[in-house]
Amino acid sequence: MEYFVQQLINGLTLGAVYGLIAIGYTMVYGIIGMINFAHGEIFMIGAFHALIIALGLGITTGTWIPVALVAALVGTMLLTPIYGWALERVAYRPLRGSPRLATLITAIGMSIYLPNQVQLLQGARIKTLPPVLQGGFEIMEGGGFVVTLSYLQILIMVLTVTLMVAFTLIIEKTALGRAQRACEQDRTMAALSGINVDRTIALTFVMGATLASVAGMIFLLRYGVIDFFIGFLVGIKAFTAAVLGGIGSLPGAMLGGFLIGLIEAFWSGYFTVEYKDVAAFSILVLVLIFRPTGLLGKPDIEKV
Amino acid sequence: MLRISGVHTFYGNIEALRGIDIEVNEGEIVTLIGANGAGKSTLLMTVCGNPRATHGTVTFEGRDITRAPTHDIIRLGIAQSPEGRRIFPHMTVMENLQMGAVTADPAHFDEDLERAFSLFPILADRRSQRGGTLSGGEQQMLAIARALMSRPRLLLLDEPSLGLAPMVVKKIFEIINEINEQRGITVFLVEQNAYHALRLAHRAYVMVTGKITLTGSGADLLADPEVRAAYLEGGHG
Ligand SMILES: Nc1ncnc2c1ncn2[C@@H]1O[C@H](COP(=O)(O)OP(=O)(O)OP(=O)(O)O)[C@@H](O)[C@H]1O
Ligand SMILES: [Mg+2]
Repeated sequence: MEYFVQQLINGLTLGAVYGLIAIGYTMVYGIIGMINFAHGEIFMIGAFHALIIALGLGITTGTWIPVALVAALVGTMLLTPIYGWALERVAYRPLRGSPRLATLITAIGMSIYLPNQVQLLQGARIKTLPPVLQGGFEIMEGGGFVVTLSYLQILIMVLTVTLMVAFTLIIEKTALGRAQRACEQDRTMAALSGINVDRTIALTFVMGATLASVAGMIFLLRYGVIDFFIGFLVGIKAFTAAVLGGIGSLPGAMLGGFLIGLIEAFWSGYFTVEYKDVAAFSILVLVLIFRPTGLLGKPDIEKV
Repeated sequence: MLRISGVHTFYGNIEALRGIDIEVNEGEIVTLIGANGAGKSTLLMTVCGNPRATHGTVTFEGRDITRAPTHDIIRLGIAQSPEGRRIFPHMTVMENLQMGAVTADPAHFDEDLERAFSLFPILADRRSQRGGTLSGGEQQMLAIARALMSRPRLLLLDEPSLGLAPMVVKKIFEIINEINEQRGITVFLVEQNAYHALRLAHRAYVMVTGKITLTGSGADLLADPEVRAAYLEGGHG
């Protein structure tokens, strides 16, 4: 039981990372119908921004840690979206209206280019951040096993839930969110309503990159080690999460993220760590076979 | 107010508009009739910059809008209820109306909403229903109401009577007249329902395969033998 609870906590915090990234996949898919395969790289760049700021400030101990954390968080949330914006502007917008395959290949191209750029600028070696946030609560004990809920895990959950609620409210309640949904449902009519479609699409990339940057920061804090290549596997898993939840659906992306995190944690906890990726992707295959629209996705019968 | 001169529009190699000259003056209702595929919808969309005219110019209140992006054209005070209504299917009636008010002063929203609901009371009952689940007639009313939410000075209507019951058709034309007379909104109306549309119009144009072949007052065209033969025979005439 205690072991189970521990895996649950681990799975949920891992799922937070996937969920935050999955939202970016799902929003971009919703609005322009493409899989932005370079989105995982944006997450990686977000982790690098957070690392550079945290190390740059040089305060990894003492009472200044919270300041460093906030600075890294805000910094990466401001810097990383520039990449998201540039990606759309440089690589995808010129291809608007061209065949899907062209955009897909460009996305794959960007997902190769970005890690290489980071490798050139930052070097190929792994980068480490000393643990900055240690300790936690012991919430349960039994059979010699102590369940801990670390401060870091609490921070991750609070941050993730806050962001997910905030973004859901933006999409559901604000004029910007309405404009995004309008572009999703009928781009021509959105323009006829006075919406600047190009700008709305660019903002969608910016929003997705903002969430991915937070995921990058969380990843950095959780593992303490990053390199230029982390975007690939995490990105694919987040994409899996988006498909599992139903691509195009915002709550679906969050649910999918948490599910993938849980599957991975429980699989590693009860079976073998080596095959945890296989577990996550097997789920993807099963979903695609039995419920191609994902858990919360709706089949597009009503589209005009 | 709106001047379309020498406009050609292409879809790939297909020339849908072959040199159109139309003028709509402030305060008028101008009707455009023509057979299926004549290019009427293309013309209304060309005014809104999607697709753009390849030759010729479109000016609105003296300003050249031929190359302007669609959203900028809408901001100048043009609204369109397009062919097929294009209601946002996953948005509620309320949200669809909010979409109509994107370019409007938010301070007017409540008042404009009130007016939309008084024109089409059914929409008030359906305000939280999703657009995609409305009946065809309700969607048509919503499309017109949505277009009015921006307080346009020029309203483009593409076949507002399509698919409606005769009673509702009559009501829609009454409302168009009311919009024009009481709110002073200029209306450029595309219709298959030539009888009603010509009766309502101050002036009218007939379009045949991308060209204007006839123009005159609504009454003149209604009496024209060619128009009667082509667009009215067997109808209400
Ligand atoms: N997106 C498009 N791509 C290619 N051709 C098009 C497109 N839209 C319209 N056309 C063609 O342009 C011509 C004019 O079409 P348009 O829709 O403007 O006609 P219309 O007068 O509105 O007809 P209707 O009364 O049936 O609505 C038609 O021949 C049509 O096939
Ligand atoms: Mg038409």
